[in-house]
Amino acid sequence: MPDRKKKEKERPAVNLAVDLGGIPLRNPVTVASGTFGYGREYEEFVDLKRLGAVIVKGTTLEPRAGNPPPRIVETPAGMLNAIGLENPGVEAFVSEHLPYLAGRGVTIIANIAGDTVEEYAALAARLDGQPDLAGIEVNISCPNVKRGGMQFGTDPGMVREVVTAVRENTGKPLVVKLSPNVTDIVQMARVAVEAGADALSLINTLLGMAIDVEKQRPVLANVFGGLSGPAIKPVAVRMVYQVAREVDVPILGMGGIMSLGDVLEFLLAGATAVSVGTGNFVEPHLSQRLVGELESYLEARGIADVRELVGAAWGRNGR
Amino acid sequence: MRKIVEHALIIRHREIVPTYFELEFIAPDIARQALPGQFVHLRVTRSLDPLLRRPFGIYNVEQKIGSVTVFYRVVGRGTAMLSDLHTAETVDVLGPLGNTFSIPSTMQRAVVVGGGVGIAPLVYLARVLAERKVEVMVLLGASTAGFLVGRDILKRLGVDYMVATDDGSEGLKGHVTELLERMIDRKRFDYIYACGPEPMMVKVTEIAQQNGIPGELSLEEHMACGIGACLGCAKKVRRPADGQDVYAKVCTDGPVFRIGEVVFNA
Ligand SMILES: Cc1cc2nc3c(=O)[nH]c(=O)nc-3n(C[C@H](O)[C@H](O)[C@H](O)COP(=O)(O)OP(=O)(O)OC[C@H]3O[C@@H](n4cnc5c(N)ncnc54)[C@H](O)[C@@H]3O)c2cc1C
Ligand SMILES: Cc1cc2nc3c(=O)[nH]c(=O)nc-3n(C[C@H](O)[C@H](O)[C@H](O)COP(=O)(O)O)c2cc1C
Ligand code: FES
Repeated sequence: MPDRKKKEKERPAVNLAVDLGGIPLRNPVTVASGTFGYGREYEEFVDLKRLGAVIVKGTTLEPRAGNPPPRIVETPAGMLNAIGLENPGVEAFVSEHLPYLAGRGVTIIANIAGDTVEEYAALAARLDGQPDLAGIEVNISCPNVKRGGMQFGTDPGMVREVVTAVRENTGKPLVVKLSPNVTDIVQMARVAVEAGADALSLINTLLGMAIDVEKQRPVLANVFGGLSGPAIKPVAVRMVYQVAREVDVPILGMGGIMSLGDVLEFLLAGATAVSVGTGNFVEPHLSQRLVGELESYLEARGIADVRELVGAAWGRNGR
Repeated sequence: MRKIVEHALIIRHREIVPTYFELEFIAPDIARQALPGQFVHLRVTRSLDPLLRRPFGIYNVEQKIGSVTVFYRVVGRGTAMLSDLHTAETVDVLGPLGNTFSIPSTMQRAVVVGGGVGIAPLVYLARVLAERKVEVMVLLGASTAGFLVGRDILKRLGVDYMVATDDGSEGLKGHVTELLERMIDRKRFDYIYACGPEPMMVKVTEIAQQNGIPGELSLEEHMACGIGACLGCAKKVRRPADGQDVYAKVCTDGPVFRIGEVVFNA
């Protein structure tokens, strides 16, 4: 069997595989929800199987048209978006997008969003039986319609409620995606874990706005938008560092990742895996390049296992 | 069709008139596939600010040397940085992106209407039409004669064109849409292509519908990915199938849309 021998030889000398709360990832580099469509859009640039996972566009129960334009605006080293969760709804996701990706051997994580706790619960139940789904990421940075539009993710009581409801409806690994628009991120993290999160992902976008000085009006039709890109990286790294030290579940870190150095920063801060988001727009093959660069880095440094890096920046006071 | 990223060698970069630049680079895989109406997405810097790529219509393609040319106007920080790139440097190009102008086989006499820098993607279209022996007339509009884009190429191709300038420094004094109104009866155009500022496109739509002439418009919207993933470039269009207003992605469903399909001011 010369082929198998060859394969064994080519097998990396280092371990890149990690476990994200019950989701086995071939490597720690994933792509962030909403920045990679349903994966297909990037097939010409990335071999999707090479990624740790593809986290697909946020899915709601019913189709959503999204916000009126303009939906995006560039800001210093970043961008604001107010897409408004445009998506074809969970049924289209299950019948079209999921089988397509599954047929290509991709590790798929869904991302769910709702207006009410009941919607989240229904989404979890609908996705629970999908064998091709490795896990569910719960986007709690959504307005709770029954509570005057206050974001689920900004109130500990609502975080508990929504995560509990999702947990009750699925046995799939649950990654709860925290909102950074809070005073105490550690508190939200603890509540999410208590309510049943198997992993946490952070950070979602930071709430921001831009004003057109000519028109003297907000640029985005939605007025406010979510800030992403390199501009938010220091905030994201800080939050990952704070949360990772306080909770016992693995963390998926993201926010402005554009380079190997950025990936390392998140791992060192305590993330078990990372997501490339806005960077995909700038360099469509960035995620795959980072997988290769991370592997080369470990080899060059003689680090046998990527997990050795996780939280290594904590120093003596860490755990 | 395969979209790719090329680090393209710049072989020509000239300021034609103040703030208007012609940029030609070697990108053989993009050149080979490029269709009229498509665009390229350029990174203006390797640094992280400005972060996003900038979209530009394909202005010309030279298959022999595998080059692609864009014609752009400096309007902000990204285009200003782009204008600083020199010949023999490289530029990071993603393309070819978007759909293309259709060329119906029944078409007899096409009119191409371009306002300002909006003429850029239409020049390549005019060339392809001329090469396919379709009768075509190009109507160019600009604020003043110096800013009329693409005349040299059109002359070389032997394509008929007429001009309108706001200040009357050349051709008709007034808007290019007035030129279209004057020519439409005389020339019996049966297809209209247009690209330019929104008020111009609204007017072209009006004229086309009054005269019952089909056609296509090329639109602009702010973009991040350019490949249909971010949903940032939404424009409202009336779905022909059921007359419903839905959001289309300018980067992949467009930038070319049928006249009447686009819902302006929405
Ligand atoms: C499909 C398409 C084809 C285009 N073809 C051409 C062309 O051939 N020649 C040309 O000169 N211009 C063209 N444009 C417009 C060009 O992309 C913008 O002028 C350019 O992005 C401005 O960048 P800036 O940094 O200088 O301006 P800034 O205003 O500083 O840019 C800030 C942000 O807004 C975006 N933006 C600003 N104006 C526009 C616009 N009109 N359309 C889309 N995004 C914009 C930028 O991309 C950037 O993300 C085209 C746009 C699209 C969508
Ligand atoms: C255009 C766009 C759309 C997004 N859509 C979603 C979404 O549907 N669900 C979600 O949980 N996060 C969404 N996000 C947030 C990203 O997944 C990510 O958390 C954030 O952008 C920070 O990472 P980055 O700076 O690398 O982009 C979106 C971000 C962008 C820029
Ligand atoms: S620019 Fe991203 S979807 Fe069109």
